[in-house]
Amino acid sequence: MPRLVSHPDEVKIISRRFGMGAEKIDRYVELGGYEAAKKCLAQGPEWIIAEMKTSGLRGRGGAGFPTGMKWSFVPKQSAKPKYVLVNGDESEPGTCKDHLIFLHDPHAVIEGTIIAGLAIGAKVGFIYLRGEYRYLIEIVEKAVADAYERGFLGKNIFGSDTEFEVITQTGAGAYEVGEESALMESLEGKRGVPRIKPPFPAVVGLYGGPTVINNAETIASVPHIIDMGGAAYCGVGSPRNGGTRLFGLSGHVERPGVYELPMGYNLKKMIYEVGGGVRGGRKLKAVVPGGSSTPVLLPEEIENLGMDFDQVGKAGSMLGSGGVVVIDDQTCIVEFALRTISFYQHESCGWCIPCREGTDWLKKSLTRFHAGFGAASDIDNIQYLAENMLGRTFCPLGDAAAMPTIGFVKKFRKEFEDHLNGKPCPFAKHGAPQLTVV
Amino acid sequence: MNPESMSIFSPQLAARFDALVQKYPVKRSALIPMLLYAQDEIGYLSDAVIAEVANRIGITELEVRNVATYYSMLRFKPAGKYNIQVCTNISCMLRGAYEVFERFQEELGIGEKGTTPDGVFSLEEVECIGACCWAPAIQINYEFHDELSPDHVPGILSGYRGKARAEGSH
Repeated sequence: MPRLVSHPDEVKIISRRFGMGAEKIDRYVELGGYEAAKKCLAQGPEWIIAEMKTSGLRGRGGAGFPTGMKWSFVPKQSAKPKYVLVNGDESEPGTCKDHLIFLHDPHAVIEGTIIAGLAIGAKVGFIYLRGEYRYLIEIVEKAVADAYERGFLGKNIFGSDTEFEVITQTGAGAYEVGEESALMESLEGKRGVPRIKPPFPAVVGLYGGPTVINNAETIASVPHIIDMGGAAYCGVGSPRNGGTRLFGLSGHVERPGVYELPMGYNLKKMIYEVGGGVRGGRKLKAVVPGGSSTPVLLPEEIENLGMDFDQVGKAGSMLGSGGVVVIDDQTCIVEFALRTISFYQHESCGWCIPCREGTDWLKKSLTRFHAGFGAASDIDNIQYLAENMLGRTFCPLGDAAAMPTIGFVKKFRKEFEDHLNGKPCPFAKHGAPQLTVV
Repeated sequence: MNPESMSIFSPQLAARFDALVQKYPVKRSALIPMLLYAQDEIGYLSDAVIAEVANRIGITELEVRNVATYYSMLRFKPAGKYNIQVCTNISCMLRGAYEVFERFQEELGIGEKGTTPDGVFSLEEVECIGACCWAPAIQINYEFHDELSPDHVPGILSGYRGKARAEGSH
């Protein structure tokens, strides 16, 4: 069972019901649940979208797009049904926040889905969970059934004449399906390959209908925003970055866990105070700030770094999914880079060539390097290859593979050079990662 | 073929499938969950499973295979009764996932994608399973075990061996 952690600096908004039994509908209602949906039903779509815009909430999946604006893009009139789609295909290495939301507060996701549906005029919402989260799917399905029984979902939600249905869906193992258009393909019972854009999902999405697709954490934030008011939520965060975020501290940190901290919270403080510092009193070597696809940062780069979309972007990386991976000074960066690219090579859907071939060759080059057979020119070749993947793929998976690789090679060039000429890796405690090439 | 009279699935699973194809606006959306639930019951996606799923959804077997081969959780060969999936992605790797993976290999005497001769266990290295803050983590079938060290391995295995024996004796 995932352990819950806490720290005095936390501002518990999304996580305020964690560990309180809120997966049971009675308890959720007792803790103020479903009041936000009722309020939204009374206030109407324009009010909801205005409130969301005021909140400054930006997409928690990683792209950081303003949620209120995304909702406002959905056409009011549509010949085809409109849909809300909740992305719970959490698969970015370093990220396990949605795991806790589904486990402890599934009704917040359902309530957020209802509110998103009211905002865009959809009658159906889908909650898609990755297949590995089977026990969480069962929790969410029970919560959905309970909400139907209470009349919170169905033909007449909360006794009104408004209809809203929620349907759950499971994946079956594919990182790529976390990409919004690939997720729609998967939900339609197809291979999870991305669609060409435009048209964007807000215009042509699931089953060809206008669709709003949001990350599970984004959706779970919505009822809290309505409860506390958009302005109050916004005030918690930093400029242009409203609210709080579930940051996942993992790797070589003394107290790993998911902590809810205000947007803009200092990264150094997050590691040393919230996380208790580097494990075993070792020195910090590097930190991956927002899931494995975000470029690595050096200790000197995190001194005054506030964790919000804009500040991390300015520092040359990305806030991504908020998964902070702490790396100590005993870690081999070549090995870490190889394990990272092995993942993207495995998960590339193969649909477009720069990603399919690029990830494969990056893995091959890094494997050779790791085994001690690298050539000096490989370092530049790896960087050249990765840079040529950027922006040349249908979906962001190509960038997600290239960006961290460029970061490792640029920032740890010396360490790559130290692996040349058959020199043994100074850090590796075991052989090359054994992932089979499929 | 009439799926009701010829089904290779248990009556409970067949009923679940009947509900699943009704659940979505488009029947085909039931495909991936159906394949997973069928695999849970039969053990893998045999030719017969693929044929019946295709029949129930009303698409060709080729279309089913085309989709099924995309997803890493779906398999076309039997695995052990308990399939041990060791995450070795970055957060788990940093906290000793490879040591845990190696210990499983030693204890079971099998390697990556191997199955023990008694068919009780199979082992595979998997990508991130969403338990990064409780690393290293594994899944055995759908059950998570987290914050592991290699020394947890024998205890975990004996627990599942006991379960297998208890189920086998009934």
